[in-house]
Amino acid sequence: MQNKKRFSFKNLTQISGFSSFSSALMAILLGLVFGFIVMLIAIPGNALAGFQHVVLGGFNRIADVFYFATPILMTGLAVGFAFKMGLFNIGASGQYTMGMFFALYVGFMWNLSGSMHWIAAILAGMLGGMLWGFIPGIFKALLNVNEVITSIMFNYIGMYLVDMLIQGNSLMYISTKARTNYLPSDVQIPSLGISGSNVNFGIVFAIIISIILYIVLQKTTFGYELKATGFNKNASKYAGMKGKSNIIITMIIAGGLAGLGGAFAILAPSAIEGSSMTYEPINIIAANGFTGIAVALLGNSHPIGIIFSSVFISHIQRGGTLASLVGYKPEIIDVVIAVIIYFSAFAMIMNSALARFVKNRLKKKDSDHGASESEKTQIDFNEVNYKTKEAE
Amino acid sequence: MDTVYYLIQNMLPVSIPLLLVALGGMYSEISGVVNIALEGIMLFGAFFGALFVFFVQDSSMNPQTILLLGMLIAALAGLIYSLLLSFAAVNMKADQVITGTSLNMLIPAAILLFSRMFFNSDGITTSINFYIREVPILGQIPLLGQMFFQRTYLTVMIGFIFLIIAVIVFYKTKFGLRIRSCGEHPHAADSVGINVYKMRYAGVSISGILAGIGGFFYSVGVMDGNVSGHTGVAGFGFLALAVMIFGQWKPIKILFAALFFAFLRTLAYSISLIPILDNLGINQTYYKMLPYIATMVVLAFTSKKSRAPKAEGIPYDKSKR
Repeated sequence: MQNKKRFSFKNLTQISGFSSFSSALMAILLGLVFGFIVMLIAIPGNALAGFQHVVLGGFNRIADVFYFATPILMTGLAVGFAFKMGLFNIGASGQYTMGMFFALYVGFMWNLSGSMHWIAAILAGMLGGMLWGFIPGIFKALLNVNEVITSIMFNYIGMYLVDMLIQGNSLMYISTKARTNYLPSDVQIPSLGISGSNVNFGIVFAIIISIILYIVLQKTTFGYELKATGFNKNASKYAGMKGKSNIIITMIIAGGLAGLGGAFAILAPSAIEGSSMTYEPINIIAANGFTGIAVALLGNSHPIGIIFSSVFISHIQRGGTLASLVGYKPEIIDVVIAVIIYFSAFAMIMNSALARFVKNRLKKKDSDHGASESEKTQIDFNEVNYKTKEAE
Repeated sequence: MDTVYYLIQNMLPVSIPLLLVALGGMYSEISGVVNIALEGIMLFGAFFGALFVFFVQDSSMNPQTILLLGMLIAALAGLIYSLLLSFAAVNMKADQVITGTSLNMLIPAAILLFSRMFFNSDGITTSINFYIREVPILGQIPLLGQMFFQRTYLTVMIGFIFLIIAVIVFYKTKFGLRIRSCGEHPHAADSVGINVYKMRYAGVSISGILAGIGGFFYSVGVMDGNVSGHTGVAGFGFLALAVMIFGQWKPIKILFAALFFAFLRTLAYSISLIPILDNLGINQTYYKMLPYIATMVVLAFTSKKSRAPKAEGIPYDKSKR
């Protein structure tokens, strides 16, 4: 009986990607435990009810979960795609804001009819993001400036610039309400038609884009070069790959992805007739860009993994909103997400430490049973250990 | 001339947080750990410093004593928070940039959460006045007195004391030499018996202390003693990193870099007081972008011949030779 159990455990570890999946799971678990502890300290009596809302609340609002997953799926792809190249695109926020502004601009200032309008606005958003990804790419490739610093600076520059441009445009901005005007209805992305939710075709496009990215990364020369550069910059240079232009192209694509996220977010239809999504220029950097980092890390920078991680993060975010019913604030989820990122940075190491711990425990148990069996398990687990190391 | 005095008097309290945090970042990086979490550590220190001020402001304590005590508490808070980074970066060999980013994200959320639950606001608002109208005796010196010792904060003087200590430790002590060797070539350092792990813990902890103090000084000198989870420290932690790179990881150069950035920022926020610039009619937002754009320009020119510690960002692994 026990032998059979061990056998299945061994099989499981042999599946490729198991290691990254289990470490992501572990990071999530630790993040949620931390969140629970924070809740317990804040309001001890309601902690269990609040936690239940966080974990299960999203299931009551599946459509909304997918709606809110759309922008963070795109920023997650923006961060994850650059990660594959070994670049840390912390500037997804600025690219997102820029994409949103470009989409807004086309939405208000261009006179197009029918579905042409929202398609043009989405493409404009992509262009805006690309522009804001291109600049850090140029700085990195040609001037060797660390992309982390550049993209952080461009987060601020982009945010101030967009806020200023919106406030200076009387067609876009209603100064009495301190927000943008309602977008015309033909610039809003068609809704998927689920009542009570704003879920729209944006999520469909986002998933299609993830699949395209997956194909690009796995099946094209460019994707191969990209990953090779990420693994070893010098080796790929030696093999004749054009590192500099690849850096710029990667940053442009990453920026475009984040820009699309901004466009999808602002062009989403509103459930209320005659209104739309609005943007408030209050000099705050878009949070969705940073959430994208968590999404990318949890999804192990894999385009398909990012789809699932974005839905998960969106799910607990919805849960966090519901937790306010019992006195908690939705910021609890940002805390949980930060802790998840913290642990996912070294989850792999903890994973192997945990495997070692379990192994030692089982060995101890077996030595009580008899010598012949313990010898057998030892071999078994050595094999397991070898496999996990390989997967790392 | 009054405008010049005004600019200098306002620039110094802004430059001190940048200076201290950049010095902290320098100590972390010369030990080999990239500390991108400075922003979060600053906010953490500022929050606990302000929390302390909030609870004692009604007692009859002298404001300057409160400031010193708050500084100690902020330093302690920064130290504790930075241990999370050292643990991940040194023991767990995790990616330092990702860990730092997570630490940056955690604090604003945590502050918003607790402030909204317990204070029903976005942060802490204190009502104490740390402002010094004129330092006795020193304020009477012609010219210099008016520039440096009038309408100022105690933070300015403390900041310069820390700078002197940092310079001495950096150049004149065994510890300074050892910690620098850990960032340049940790294996060589290890081979002569220096404990690289300990040194990296020390480097990050110093940066935690200085960043905690810097955050508190930011809230005192720039935000009038308030802390908000929304605006945080407005990217000062990141600007400090840029100051550090601009200062080429050298304390004195960092001082001038910090003064330069602080001047740009002060200029941006006092345009309406300077008739020449005000008459140009340029949107004030452009000036607000100025420190960030200046960072980019400066980095573009200095990065090619950058003297960054060679082993920074690479987790030290004894078995890798």
